[in-house]
Amino acid sequence: MTQVNRLETGRRINRNKPLSFTYDGKTYQGYEGDTLASALIANGVKLVGRSFKYHRPRGILSAGSEEPNALVQLEEGAYTEPNTRATVVELYDGLKAASQNCWPSVTHDVGAINSLFGRLFPAGFYYKTFMWPPKLWMWYEERIRHAAGMGKSPMEWDPDSYENVHTHCDVLVVGGGPAGLAAALAAGHTGARVIIADEQSEMGGALLSSHDRIDGTCALEWVKATLAELAKMPEVRVLPKTTVTGYYDYNWLTALEKVTDHTGPGSNDASVRQRFWKIRARQVVLATGAIERPLVFAENDRPGIMMASAVRTYITRYGVLPGREILVFTNNDSGYNTAIDAANAGARVYVADVRPNPQGALVKEAEGLDVKIYPNTAITGTRGSKAVRGAEVMDLSEDGMDVTGSPYSINCDIIAMAGGWNPTVHLFSQSRGKLTWDDDALMFVPGDGVTINPSRSAGSCNGTMTLPAVLAEGFSAGVRAAMDAGFGDGSAPAAPQASSLAEEPIRAMWEVPCHGHRKKFHEFQNDSTAADLRLAIQEGMISIEHTKRYTTTGMGTDQGKTSNVNGLAIMAEYQKREIPAVGTTTFRPPYTPQAFGAIAGQDRRHLFEQERTTAMHPWHVANGAVFEDVGDWKRPRYFPKDGENMHAAVQRECRATRESVGIMDASTLGKIDIQGPDSVKLLEMLYTNAWDKLGINRCRYGVMLNEHGMIFDDGVTTRLGENHFHMTTTTGGAARVLAWIEEWLQTEWPDWQVYCTTVTEQWSVATISGPNARALLSELTDADLEAKSLPFMAMVETTVAGVPARVYRISFTGEVAFEINVPQTYGLHLWETLMTHGEKYDICPYGTEAMHVLRAEKGFIIVGQDTDGTATPRDAGLDWIVSRKKTDFLGRRSLTRSDTASTYRKELVGLLTDDPSEVLPEGAHLSDADNPKPPLQAIGHVTSSYRSPNIAAPDGSMGRSIAMAMLRDGHSRHGETIKVPLMDGRVVTAKVTAPIFFDPEGVRTRG
Amino acid sequence: MLLIKCPWCGERDLTEFTAGGEGHIARPLEPDTLSDEAWGDYIFFRKNPKGVHFERWVHTQGCRRWFNAVRDTLTDEFLAYYKVGEPKPDLEGGGK
Repeated sequence: MTQVNRLETGRRINRNKPLSFTYDGKTYQGYEGDTLASALIANGVKLVGRSFKYHRPRGILSAGSEEPNALVQLEEGAYTEPNTRATVVELYDGLKAASQNCWPSVTHDVGAINSLFGRLFPAGFYYKTFMWPPKLWMWYEERIRHAAGMGKSPMEWDPDSYENVHTHCDVLVVGGGPAGLAAALAAGHTGARVIIADEQSEMGGALLSSHDRIDGTCALEWVKATLAELAKMPEVRVLPKTTVTGYYDYNWLTALEKVTDHTGPGSNDASVRQRFWKIRARQVVLATGAIERPLVFAENDRPGIMMASAVRTYITRYGVLPGREILVFTNNDSGYNTAIDAANAGARVYVADVRPNPQGALVKEAEGLDVKIYPNTAITGTRGSKAVRGAEVMDLSEDGMDVTGSPYSINCDIIAMAGGWNPTVHLFSQSRGKLTWDDDALMFVPGDGVTINPSRSAGSCNGTMTLPAVLAEGFSAGVRAAMDAGFGDGSAPAAPQASSLAEEPIRAMWEVPCHGHRKKFHEFQNDSTAADLRLAIQEGMISIEHTKRYTTTGMGTDQGKTSNVNGLAIMAEYQKREIPAVGTTTFRPPYTPQAFGAIAGQDRRHLFEQERTTAMHPWHVANGAVFEDVGDWKRPRYFPKDGENMHAAVQRECRATRESVGIMDASTLGKIDIQGPDSVKLLEMLYTNAWDKLGINRCRYGVMLNEHGMIFDDGVTTRLGENHFHMTTTTGGAARVLAWIEEWLQTEWPDWQVYCTTVTEQWSVATISGPNARALLSELTDADLEAKSLPFMAMVETTVAGVPARVYRISFTGEVAFEINVPQTYGLHLWETLMTHGEKYDICPYGTEAMHVLRAEKGFIIVGQDTDGTATPRDAGLDWIVSRKKTDFLGRRSLTRSDTASTYRKELVGLLTDDPSEVLPEGAHLSDADNPKPPLQAIGHVTSSYRSPNIAAPDGSMGRSIAMAMLRDGHSRHGETIKVPLMDGRVVTAKVTAPIFFDPEGVRTRG
Repeated sequence: MLLIKCPWCGERDLTEFTAGGEGHIARPLEPDTLSDEAWGDYIFFRKNPKGVHFERWVHTQGCRRWFNAVRDTLTDEFLAYYKVGEPKPDLEGGGK
């Protein structure tokens, strides 16, 4: 219960606010200002997870978002979140976390046996081992996933709310360290709209963990003053707890703000949990800092082996001394900062420095604190099973490629690795900027950017490592960004005073030599070692992109923030190439993991996709309709009566329509109003048939082709006046057809006098079909509905149920049918009136499913179901509608291309199964083979298939299976028998027929 | 996300637009006079340059107007925008 590693002093935690939390079921104490990681370290918890492949014990490596090891399952139930990095979770009272990737527990882990067989798990192990038989891969994968762990997803709806925010700014500053704050301040002074975002809970960046002084006082005073000044600027927005996760084209960046994560689940229902920002910035200043590199030495993964900068952060920022005996292993001067702070905090400190004769100012300062320094020394092995207990060190040979002499041992409970710094170039690289290798500083730094993403890098992400230079670069980047965005003259205000100690050069030491075969991890999260890289190269992986995938380097949730550069530098050594010649892998968004909930924002559940409903929708809902989505529309699929399943309901609806009268909501059909003197000219180009002689108030069916000659929509168009037409389209094709017409009118025929307006939502449409349709409608209108006055394919403008209406006598069922169009708001009134008056005819509402069956009985195609963008009018049996007289219409020339004109194409046919009860699955393949088994050349496929209650079976009983199909050379195969192999292995036989099963002469339609 | 300058509405996000492919392909006035090969050229073949591309866009979620743009397909930089019917801009020396 005691915080054994907590120091007496520590700057950024609030000792007056103790917090209680549980980890793996055990209760601990921490303070406000802690992260879960700092609180665990304060309590002496070192072992926090098992590694991905070998299940080796792992501890906290870092103090930031680069953490590869300390992934925990945060919270439980609906609030649970896997793979959360303990180093970025702000502690709150009552926090619950658990280790993952271990079973039954992190201290006793069965999977650790993998570690004993490490040689059996080389690079590419999964690829090599689980290859055969292929059908077992799914089985293997499930086992591997279980063994590999990775936390558990919540199984319930996310109870939190999120929001997306779109915004614009002149200068976006990414990172709130010294460079970022300087840039924001400088840009803010010009009056530019500035956003500054930082992933941490407070601004300050590296200054939060250092003892730097600015203007003669603690640097954090400067941070405070700067934030106060920014707060006074109305055009500046400061966003802490906000990670800029993606950099996309034209300076469009995404950022994730963790609004209430720090107060725990369910603690603030008044606020969103996270906010996802989408920011369009005129100029970007990247001040993202740098991430320290581990050293790749033997057995470098034991709990207690940490980044030196992280050890320093825990000491100075969180008041936690991770160990009592700290061995710093370094190849540069920055490791000495940790040594100095650890010594000052009371630890016994050793430094193993790979450089032969370190003499820098920090080295001297450390020596003055009784820090024992071993120059020219490498760690060649470590001890300790669940926590590091000591290191074996040896002298380095002159070239640094080997170790010499006899090993000696240093006892320690922490090893702090300082392998140099990697500028955080992720966002710059995402912006398509090129990286260049600085061979003196041993780091990739930003090179040329691209024109469309104007940005500047400032501070340590630019390879600038000393505070005075960082501040100067920040101010300069800020004013120049503002000037390029149109603010200020580019002159920078004077930077505040700061100083820094001169450092000696870093020594390259990518793979630290040792004797014997000991694991040297360059990639902790995915358990990839230097030996794995060597093996990958031996096995022929040359490109870094291949090696990455083969060894899984950098493919974990941390995206290799600590591992990538070490990995490719070691590859360069093995391949005897320069590091820049090996190249880098591609940096991809997001920079850190982000919840899908945040990306979705408000757009979830019923707001995920817009829903369009008709005026009759309330009636459908009240009467138990089952809906289906057609385009964005909610359309009734069927109207089940008590206890009916879909099949029973659809059969009943189909029978009722043919026996008496059915009613369908057809409001969703696309409707386009076409007016102007060139209307006919337009229709002649859009449709395959002729329109000039169509009489007023007469309707005509038309098929539209694309320029390839393929059917892309169909519908009935009615002439309302000399230069006025009402076009209908398929429900799903309405927007596409309007766009198609607009495209032609704007780009090819801009001088034509014709205007098109969508009126889909201006009209509500109820379609009544069946022998009693006329009798029913005549009760509600004065119009003469007899065939003499209102023949098939005619329209009358009249009054129905007391409201103005256009009644179109067109039919998609093959019955006498009336499509009654009324102004949209009268739709429900019309529907209800028809239902009331239709009671005596047992009027039956039917949905899209019955509509499909009824039209299939008549062989009417549905574009997109029976056609798929490869069907010509001739293929679909619509040759009769293609004008022989017109010299041009869209797609016409393509109909005579050799392939399109061929008679050996897939053509629309009907299919009657020999067993009338066998309903074929739509999409089933057709075959002529005696024994159709795969592999098989299909000669067609079923496009529509139903049980029809209105067609007689061979034995005379009503009801049988009917189908439509596209069959090669189908027009000339009527009467033949074809085979349909099914998924269950059976082969069904069916007779090819004309695609019409009911009333082939159309007597009922015209009646 | 590309930022596209509609000649009628100004700068808007890519999501408001639909790409229309290569520009300046006139529909043949008398398709019947074309050989299969020439007609096939018109309906099937499009340039796919690495570099400067004259192309069409439509501001679908805005004014719904078609317009032309010149884009470098390598850098995604837009070099010019112009309305339907306007001549191809001369990019020699002044495009950027």
